Amino acid sequence: MIRSPLLYGLLAGAALCAVATGSASAQTFAIVNARIEPVSSAAIPSGTILVQNGKIAAVGAGVAVPAGVTTIDAKGGVVTPGLVAPSSNISASEIGGVRETRDDGTGNALSAGFDIAYSVNPASPMIGLARDGGVTSSAVTPVLSGAGGGSHEHADDGVVEEMTAGKDGGGDPPLFGGQAAFVRLKAGEADIVSKSKTAVTLSLGEAGARAAGGSRGAAIVLVKSALQDARAFARNRAAFEQGATRDYSLSRLDLEALVPVVQGKTPLLIRAHRASDIRLALKLAAEEKIRIMLEGAEEGWLVAGEIARAGVPVIVDTQADLPDSFETLGSRLDNAARLNAAGVTVAINGARDFNNLRQERLNAGLAVANGLPYPAALAAITLTPAKIWGMADQIGSLDVGKTADLVLWTGDPLETTTWADKVFVGGVEQPADSRQSQLRDRYAAGDNGMPPAYR
Amino acid sequence: MTRWGTTAAAVSLLALGLSACATTGTTAKPQTSAKPAEKAESKPLPKGLDGEASSGFPSTYVALPSRPTAFVGATVLTATGQQIENGVVVVQDGRILAVGGPETAIPAGVVTVDAKGKWITPGIIDSHSHLGVYPSPGVSAKSDGNEATDPNTAQVWAEHSVWPQDPGFNRARAGGVTTLQILPGSANLFGGRSVTLKNVPSTTMQGMKFPGAPYGVKMACGENPKRVYGGKSRSPSTAMGNVFGYRKAWIDAADYARKWDDYRAKKDKGEKADAPKRDLQLETLAGVLKGEILVQNHCYRGDEMAVMIDVAKEFGYKITMFHHAVESYKVAPLLAKEGICSATWASWTGFKMESLDGIDSNAAMVWKAGACVVIHSDDPIMTQRLNQEAAIAMTAGNKIGYGITRAEAIKWITANPAKAMGIADKTGSLEVGKAGDIVVWNRDPFSVYAQAEQVYIDGALTYDRNDKRYQPKSDFELGQPGQGAFN
Repeated sequence: MIRSPLLYGLLAGAALCAVATGSASAQTFAIVNARIEPVSSAAIPSGTILVQNGKIAAVGAGVAVPAGVTTIDAKGGVVTPGLVAPSSNISASEIGGVRETRDDGTGNALSAGFDIAYSVNPASPMIGLARDGGVTSSAVTPVLSGAGGGSHEHADDGVVEEMTAGKDGGGDPPLFGGQAAFVRLKAGEADIVSKSKTAVTLSLGEAGARAAGGSRGAAIVLVKSALQDARAFARNRAAFEQGATRDYSLSRLDLEALVPVVQGKTPLLIRAHRASDIRLALKLAAEEKIRIMLEGAEEGWLVAGEIARAGVPVIVDTQADLPDSFETLGSRLDNAARLNAAGVTVAINGARDFNNLRQERLNAGLAVANGLPYPAALAAITLTPAKIWGMADQIGSLDVGKTADLVLWTGDPLETTTWADKVFVGGVEQPADSRQSQLRDRYAAGDNGMPPAYR
Repeated sequence: MTRWGTTAAAVSLLALGLSACATTGTTAKPQTSAKPAEKAESKPLPKGLDGEASSGFPSTYVALPSRPTAFVGATVLTATGQQIENGVVVVQDGRILAVGGPETAIPAGVVTVDAKGKWITPGIIDSHSHLGVYPSPGVSAKSDGNEATDPNTAQVWAEHSVWPQDPGFNRARAGGVTTLQILPGSANLFGGRSVTLKNVPSTTMQGMKFPGAPYGVKMACGENPKRVYGGKSRSPSTAMGNVFGYRKAWIDAADYARKWDDYRAKKDKGEKADAPKRDLQLETLAGVLKGEILVQNHCYRGDEMAVMIDVAKEFGYKITMFHHAVESYKVAPLLAKEGICSATWASWTGFKMESLDGIDSNAAMVWKAGACVVIHSDDPIMTQRLNQEAAIAMTAGNKIGYGITRAEAIKWITANPAKAMGIADKTGSLEVGKAGDIVVWNRDPFSVYAQAEQVYIDGALTYDRNDKRYQPKSDFELGQPGQGAFN
């Protein structure tokens, strides 16, 4: 993790003035009288969690709070790990319809080299909004194109579609989208990227077919060819540098990005929706001996056993139940429940959209209403995404020694009528105000005889 | 059937549209003609050339078979401000016969349903839907929601784009949605007429058409029209170009309405008169000026709402509801004063510049100001969970201490949209005489875990989560993966 202590301190001082202690340094505190959901173990109906130096120091029913330690009375509220968004564009994209604010994609059809870590803006006001929904970290993944997979299209923007089909040029989605990163949503940080190059994204199905010129068959051939080129490149970089190799289908940057993929070190995050496309992804992984993760997988329940046997984790949007494209005809509300029952590792997405990340917990609740056991649903938005992104040694559950990313909720964290009362990242209480809450407070204050701009 | 009789009458009255008022209206014109005007045989115009005679596209909706039913023991949200514990709701002949506490008398011969532990609400009404016009699957061959060929397409009717086989109707019904306003899209200043549908499976649009519901006209302000036409190097390309477009259209509409008024006045006196050429675009707008067609105005920003209100005043029409009104909280007192409803999402924000200031307490703050709040979807996914969307909006208000009850918030997705769609006398609340549009929830409908167990439309069971016989599938879903089984 790259951090500039000086800059960090300056920024933190400015951004965190609202925090009770007035200090950005990790606090020592205890939350008492809370229902605690460690996720890695059974819920503690009433207990204490002790945080020291930004780490979880103790969790349990009978934890003694050392003298002089600040205590927060949860009054029966619920403490969970901070939620982990398994795949989103937060901090790399600001306003969906304003091109200048979107740094989550590239126009190239094969852009494995694009590194979204360089697009991250730690000052994005959307980060505060995500934290408002208890989200404290996220995988940031290059733009998802094509149908399904959790992108909420606003029907009132149907016109966008007609324009992009014309000269406005959203263009075709890429096959390889680029390299993903992992961010911690901590206010005041100069660099919120914890890990970069965590995966390379790949669109199969309709989106991949379009990028490849029209068919799924063409896409898979291009992908396999690219992986072969990456292998050849890795075997003999010197020959490439001397111009002594055959031409490769990708640029040097794209090849470099795919080297850890063909070496099995970095996974491919494959967006696939139709059952046959999921099978194709599993086959690709087996043939190429690469690690993959799946995103979308609306028809995953139809091939759940195969996904489980392949040990491939899946990121799903639990709201997806419409046959909204010809590759999501089998979408079901109990997809997550069925995948889980078959033994698949399931993470739940709120929405890919930065502005709907706070829906993540409600999507987990929706999965529970449709058959997913509650503990699995809670894990699907905390420990599971932490695991699949290689962060579980640090975050994702309330275990002693882990970083204190945690949320105190007013009640059941998956419930509509609950809200996040306090959010901690790395043991630091996060500012509760976002641009949205400031707007709210300005206008809720009522008329004082002066224009709202003075409030 | 009696139902059909009243339906047909109501619809043909509607279809009379603007001309109905011209004849039945108290024409203020002085009948002073002293000398006899030139008499002529008054030949009736061929039907299609006369808005008055045109029969339109009448509803053929007939309620599904039902039986008199009494629901006993549930917590009942009436959408009139009441939460009744251990309540009784009696439905007979498609209408609500009684609503009350445990003491409510149940007539003999009525089937009793034990609803203990469950909740009952009116059917959910989504006042902003594109189901059928932007159906699933979303392929260009079925992209029928935006006639984006001219900034003013008031002449198009959403009902002529509706594909009744859209699987989205089935999903929405499973979410408790019994009535939908289908709007044409937002590419245009005037997008066309809306249609209100009963959410029953049917092979024809007419079979879903809500008997007696007035038409709405979809207007859009803001970014969409100027982007679409600016992109084609046509007006409007700016916000001011938008407003010019509205004003020009209303001037033309007023002129058109006057020509027909004059023609009818002469004809009624037996004078020779040439009928104006029927103009379907201006006929819709003239219908607004006569108060027969409701203005459903897509408008995000508070300042733009204020401009639209001024335009409405300039030409003497009324805006019924602002849709996507994410900034209503900034002008809530104005909206309360003008009696305009605000339809919003609970928390969508920031997906385009004009939605940047959307806040989750918007609905609650509009409610607090005493104005009419509606939670709408504009989305085939959200429409399935408007109950939860209302819960999120309610919670945002309660987070800042408003103390909004479920009895109040349920109106945002039932009684208030009914009002804004001009059907509040027929549905939207559990009151004696209204349609038996009812949802039986397995628990508190404001919970994330809530599911609609049974959905009744006009007293008829149209969806049952536990009975496959009442889980309709569209033609499109047959033979497909999953066979349309979505839960």
